[in-house]
Amino acid sequence: MPTYRDEAIVLRTHKLGEADRIVTMLTRKHGKVRAVAKGVRRTSSRIGARMEPFMVVDVQLYEGRNLDIVNQVETIQPFAKAIADDYGLFTAATAMVETADKLVDHEKEPALQQYRLLRGGLNSLAGREHDLGLVLDAYLLRAFAVAGWAASFDACATCGRPGPHRAFSAVAGGAVCENDRPSGVASPAPETFRLLTALLEGDWATADASGPRHRREAAGLVAAYTQFHLERKLRSLGMVDRTSESHPEEEE
Amino acid sequence: MYDGAVQDLIDELGHLPGIGPKSAQRIAFHLLSTDPSDVRRLVETIQTVKEKVRFCEVCGNVAEGERCRVCLDPRRSDEVLCVVEEAKDVVAIERTREFRGRYHVLGGAIDPMAGIGPDDLRIKDLIARLGNEAVREVILATDPNIEGEATATYLARILAPLGLRVTRLASGLPVGGDLEYADEVTLGRAFEGRRVVT
Repeated sequence: MPTYRDEAIVLRTHKLGEADRIVTMLTRKHGKVRAVAKGVRRTSSRIGARMEPFMVVDVQLYEGRNLDIVNQVETIQPFAKAIADDYGLFTAATAMVETADKLVDHEKEPALQQYRLLRGGLNSLAGREHDLGLVLDAYLLRAFAVAGWAASFDACATCGRPGPHRAFSAVAGGAVCENDRPSGVASPAPETFRLLTALLEGDWATADASGPRHRREAAGLVAAYTQFHLERKLRSLGMVDRTSESHPEEEE
Repeated sequence: MYDGAVQDLIDELGHLPGIGPKSAQRIAFHLLSTDPSDVRRLVETIQTVKEKVRFCEVCGNVAEGERCRVCLDPRRSDEVLCVVEEAKDVVAIERTREFRGRYHVLGGAIDPMAGIGPDDLRIKDLIARLGNEAVREVILATDPNIEGEATATYLARILAPLGLRVTRLASGLPVGGDLEYADEVTLGRAFEGRRVVT
């Protein structure tokens, strides 16, 4: 059987049979790969700890008829422990890997940008560099931009008229001008628009300086935007606990 | 595809965990060739389990009455409560003969991707028990995987204000193995949880 080797981020696992797991991974060169990891649920397994969600691994796989088979695994970055030690980080990281799993739809189609983005996002979460809610929202906006659904927070998403504008429509794709504004859409604060722009562009100085009210408003808009464009429910997004032990949300 | 009853049996068996279409077919043909009295006994056993066995009203373990045998045993300590994910974890811990306290079965672990959050587990029942009973220590014995660790982290956070001693089962090297074969994650945990011997 032919083998191949790649760097991978473990997205999720499913139990299979007595002691095996089906592991879904996002790899650097082969895109999304689903493979069987044999015997990993046994306490004596040498690779079980490396095949956990959020682990970045160097993996060798056999090509199988339906699913590939994990042959060897080495750890590159063990994000799992740092993330599982903080419930807020765990819920945010789960939402990130579920998003990556859904955005990279087809298996074995290279998705290098999505891989890099997810690895950077997990690295930022595990390193507790910024508020976990900001990291999650930045990841979601950028992952959707890479997948072809880039939100517009300045120019009108419908007619392209330069902003700033006052209304936000998830259906239209971001900020909308007064002429294109559908009825019943949100009117976020200008600071929220600035925060969303900063998250999309990676302007962390602006994002870190934002207030809790605008973070909450931005999180709601990002959730609405992602759920609408993905057309499938992101189960974990509704369970994100944004109060991390390391980055408690500031009180107003 | 087979006719009527045989295919129905294969379909039903195929719904069982870990049973694929091939295994379901093999079991179905095994049952067809088995003595009718053996099949009747199997059917009666399954019916008895469904009729008699329920979940303990106190801890959530499997029981044949309202309470399980652990909750009914007066010799066990009320001061230590071991929190596990599933009833089968109770059996695994009982096999060690090391633990003489009581149990609390959560009914799973937090798994946001599967839509299982804290409200879907028996966490409220746990908090209620801790308020009523003489528990002084809670042992978090969830699985040593990412969902189990996250569940333990969540429980540790909500139990902290209660002023109890909250402990987590140790992770580390399996007994009978060689150190050189341990993976770095497990070995790292073993170092983290090392204990003083002198």
